[in-house]
Amino acid sequence: MAKIDSRIPQGPIQEKWSKHKAEIKVVSPANKRKLDIIVVGTGLGGASAAATLGELGYNVKIFCISDSPRRAHSIAAQGGINAAKNYQNDNDSVFRLFYDTIKGGDYRAREANVYRLAEVSNNIIDQCVAQGVPFARDYGGLLDNRSFGGAQVSRTFYARGQTGQQLLLGAYASLNRQIAKGTVKSYPRHEMLDLVLIDGKARGIITRNLVTGEIERFGAHAVVIATGGYGNVFFLSTNAMNSNGSAAWQCYKKGAMFANPCFTQIHPTCIPVHGEQQSKLTLMSESLRNDGRIWVPKKMEDVEKLRAKKIKASQIPEEDRDYYLERRYPAFGNLVPRDVASRAGKERCDAGYGVNDTGRAVFLDFKTAIARLGKDVIKARYGNLFQMYEKITDVNPYDEPMMIYPAVHYTMGGIWVDYNLMTTIPGLYAIGEANFSDHGANRLGASALMQGLADGYFVLPYTIGDYLSHEIQSPKVDTNAPEFEAAEKSVRERIAKLFSINGKQTVDEIHKKLGHIMWENVGMARTKESLEKAIVEIKKIRQEFWSDVKVPGKNEEFNQELEKALRVADFLEEGELMAKDALQRNESCGGHFREEYQTPDGEALRDDENFAFVAIWEYKGENEEPVMHKEPLTFEAIKVAQRNYKD
Amino acid sequence: MANIFTSSIGKKLIMSITGAFLILFLTFHMIMNGALVFSDEAYDAIVRFLGANWYALVGTVILAAGVVFHFVYAIILTLGNHKARGNIRYAETKRERGVEWSSKNMFVLGLVVILGLLLHLFNFWYNMQWTEIIGAHTNSLGMSPTDGADLVRYVFSHPGYVIAYIIWLVGLWFHLTHGMWSMMQTVGWNSKVWMKRLKCISYILSTIIVGAFMLILIILYVQSL
Amino acid sequence: MNFKLKIWRQANAKAQGRFETYEVKDISADTSFLEMLDILNNNLIHEGKEPVAFDHDCREGICGMCSLHINGEAHGPDTEITTCQLHMRKFHDGDTITIEPWRSAAFPVIKDLVVDRHAFDKIMQAGGFISVNTGGVPDANTTPIPRADAEESMDAAACIGCGACVATCKNGSAMLFVAARVSSLAKLPQGKVETLSRAKAMIAKMDELGFGGCTNTRACEAECPKGVSISHIARLNRKFLTAKFKD
Repeated sequence: MAKIDSRIPQGPIQEKWSKHKAEIKVVSPANKRKLDIIVVGTGLGGASAAATLGELGYNVKIFCISDSPRRAHSIAAQGGINAAKNYQNDNDSVFRLFYDTIKGGDYRAREANVYRLAEVSNNIIDQCVAQGVPFARDYGGLLDNRSFGGAQVSRTFYARGQTGQQLLLGAYASLNRQIAKGTVKSYPRHEMLDLVLIDGKARGIITRNLVTGEIERFGAHAVVIATGGYGNVFFLSTNAMNSNGSAAWQCYKKGAMFANPCFTQIHPTCIPVHGEQQSKLTLMSESLRNDGRIWVPKKMEDVEKLRAKKIKASQIPEEDRDYYLERRYPAFGNLVPRDVASRAGKERCDAGYGVNDTGRAVFLDFKTAIARLGKDVIKARYGNLFQMYEKITDVNPYDEPMMIYPAVHYTMGGIWVDYNLMTTIPGLYAIGEANFSDHGANRLGASALMQGLADGYFVLPYTIGDYLSHEIQSPKVDTNAPEFEAAEKSVRERIAKLFSINGKQTVDEIHKKLGHIMWENVGMARTKESLEKAIVEIKKIRQEFWSDVKVPGKNEEFNQELEKALRVADFLEEGELMAKDALQRNESCGGHFREEYQTPDGEALRDDENFAFVAIWEYKGENEEPVMHKEPLTFEAIKVAQRNYKD
Repeated sequence: MANIFTSSIGKKLIMSITGAFLILFLTFHMIMNGALVFSDEAYDAIVRFLGANWYALVGTVILAAGVVFHFVYAIILTLGNHKARGNIRYAETKRERGVEWSSKNMFVLGLVVILGLLLHLFNFWYNMQWTEIIGAHTNSLGMSPTDGADLVRYVFSHPGYVIAYIIWLVGLWFHLTHGMWSMMQTVGWNSKVWMKRLKCISYILSTIIVGAFMLILIILYVQSL
Repeated sequence: MNFKLKIWRQANAKAQGRFETYEVKDISADTSFLEMLDILNNNLIHEGKEPVAFDHDCREGICGMCSLHINGEAHGPDTEITTCQLHMRKFHDGDTITIEPWRSAAFPVIKDLVVDRHAFDKIMQAGGFISVNTGGVPDANTTPIPRADAEESMDAAACIGCGACVATCKNGSAMLFVAARVSSLAKLPQGKVETLSRAKAMIAKMDELGFGGCTNTRACEAECPKGVSISHIARLNRKFLTAKFKD
């Protein structure tokens, strides 16, 4: 248990971070040149961290699975990034952003980390503007803001519906500058397949060159994991097709403990599933809820007519529409947090009011906003999102409301890290979505970008120095060490085993089966029974995978099926841990909704007495049960209460 | 400045400048030809003025250099661009929406223009300025080299020449409609707003220049009947 | 819907490529183009054949990974669209669809329909950034930026780096890609400082990497999935020439 030390600094919450920064050690410029750092992943977290570490003078190697760092899935974030600038004079503050985030996370996040996140949020905006991110501006030339779910202030900065893209291009540009200078070396189309430990410390990684299939070794004094979340366990999610949890999972299997794996975010506004052939789900930005109103018909006969395509949504009169979010949550209305909006949508569909032929869709309507502001204003605000919707569905959302349904979007759980963002393995760090630290049981909209960049630009570059200051005497890591030898051998064996099965099912077919089990049993609503069932079934599918999967081709070539097979092999283990974690958490909180634990009006019912902790899972071996540890969550700066978005 | 013309944009700048120069020349040439419609004497006066005098010769050399540069750089650019496209071409291609045929076939159009130019040089320059340069008093047709009007009327009484010149002028029109706005784009004098205006101006100017040449040609042919 | 697919197959960069013809059946009109290829690949694996390699990732039109030349058009038959946003309803039942990789000397084929666009990263590394370190920057609202400038900057910044401009350009030129970055930064006071050196460095790199020159055909903007205008190329030309004349 000694390994789990969150290293939260003492003192009042407002002073923790500055005090900590003052106390941790730094590395002199002459010594930084001698130290190597590996960063895996080039999204907002990885790119910003690598660029900043390069600027500081470290030797950085950066790895990504795409053909360029700019492709990372951070690029798909649409709506915006939060910061406590209070430019709108609506009484926003660092404390309010901190409070909203803790509350939005249903009091399952670590207070000190969240406060630090809110504190550095303002620096992020300054940094991005200096990098040339073209944020939206008002006519006076100053920055504009919009509102997001779970907040009553306007603190979200945005660049049309492409905020993630613009922020990533900013970080990517900084990264490019360092690559040009030679402080960062970039390895695109490389996938990390294992972590190498020497004397208990993270000392390097094993990668597969995705073009040639070559298995390569890279050594460093510290390794940073910035590989995002594992939402693709569900097969259908808003994650990119190649997003995966494998790098993080290999770290888990090498001893980095995994925190709160069951905390999954289901995003309320995605384009509904249309059929069996679908490969992924498309998110419609939360920003749409600024002006869009969510509803289903009040009358069942209208629902039936809609499904039979006898009437159009626009023909249903105002009085026959149930704006259920406005009805249930008058104070926040359509801008309730994601978990609340998702569950409310599911509740209406379960009650039979789903508006498409599958019964799994609700309306997101801009009629009122277009009448109030005019089509041009709506077009200026959401034009590209409307265009995207029309391309996919062939429906013009200016005339007919959008159809939306919740879908898996983000994983709040991840590798456990201390206040320094170091995992339970010395020298191994996890940042961004890959770690667990800042969002508790539910992430607020526009906070993922904030966390990725906070970790990468302003937290990790400081805290990693504290560890590396003890490494200045360590020589360059020798990749011929027996530990590298062994890790490479195990990777080669795993690949050989996959080819040797030569069964009857494709990787995708098995992945779809897993996704189905996960969505039905470990999805938006979970019960003890469903979770127990999931654990049994996932085990079965895992066996099926290892005895019946078919991976064509060979290792020594560009082989996308092999890439997928390696990732799905890990998903098949991750899914089980998610179910186990959900099963032990006998409460409902944020995105984790156990049907047994709800208030009379269907809200999540937390159990603060027994479950105010971070569940930390330790890997014990291939056929061993993992062991759960607890990091108690204590709240000093705020009062814990049931979340209330009604008044 | 030193290596400006080795860059891709620099090479295009040469095309742009020489192209602009040729458009100016065409404009003057057109005005001069216009004189022929109204008075043979006025035309011959201009012909004498532009005979083997030092200023006319300097102008001719500059003009020829412009044509040569425009042509040589067109070849260099086309070969380089062809190479950049790669060894394997698309099995199927389509004209992109809003893309004009002329813009993708400037080299071919340029060849049409050059061929027409060679014919034109043989028909007129060889029989006029060149005859003067070598000091001969009569040209291959037995006319005086300063007797421009008669020479022009003689050539354009032949329907074969008229047709060849019309084909040449049509090629020139296509070449000009793209070339004019393109040269402005290359030097950077374009924007979203000016794009439409420049294209409009290109079409109007090309049509005026080419139209006037063609009109003169037809008038002369009709008058010869 | 049923389709006949004529797909370029090439084992690796050095191998000789060729077209192969496949058939896919019972495809729903709501299926996306890439989902249709997923179905084909799944069938091919079952038949013991090698699946078709193609690049894709976000499948919502923003990552810039997908890169197919479909029926003679970059990203297929629709305007302002990426391949992943293309749906089968844009085709007719029984159509033969020709699918080729991006073809350009600077984008060599890696396998089948996958090309190497590493050259784009190299161009960006040559100067596609503002030289500012993390920290020590002024407050975001210190310098007001006229809304029109910020919007124009954003128009150019919408580039997703997919390479459709290069793929469709008869000269294999990367001018629209370079111009998008140069122009986006040139419209902002933060980026203005380095505009001239940036334009020179990025163009020099583009030329060095074997991309062709621009002949203003406008094919790039016609096929650009984000509708980036060639007016940005005009700005790049202006900045580049200004820079060169100052040298």
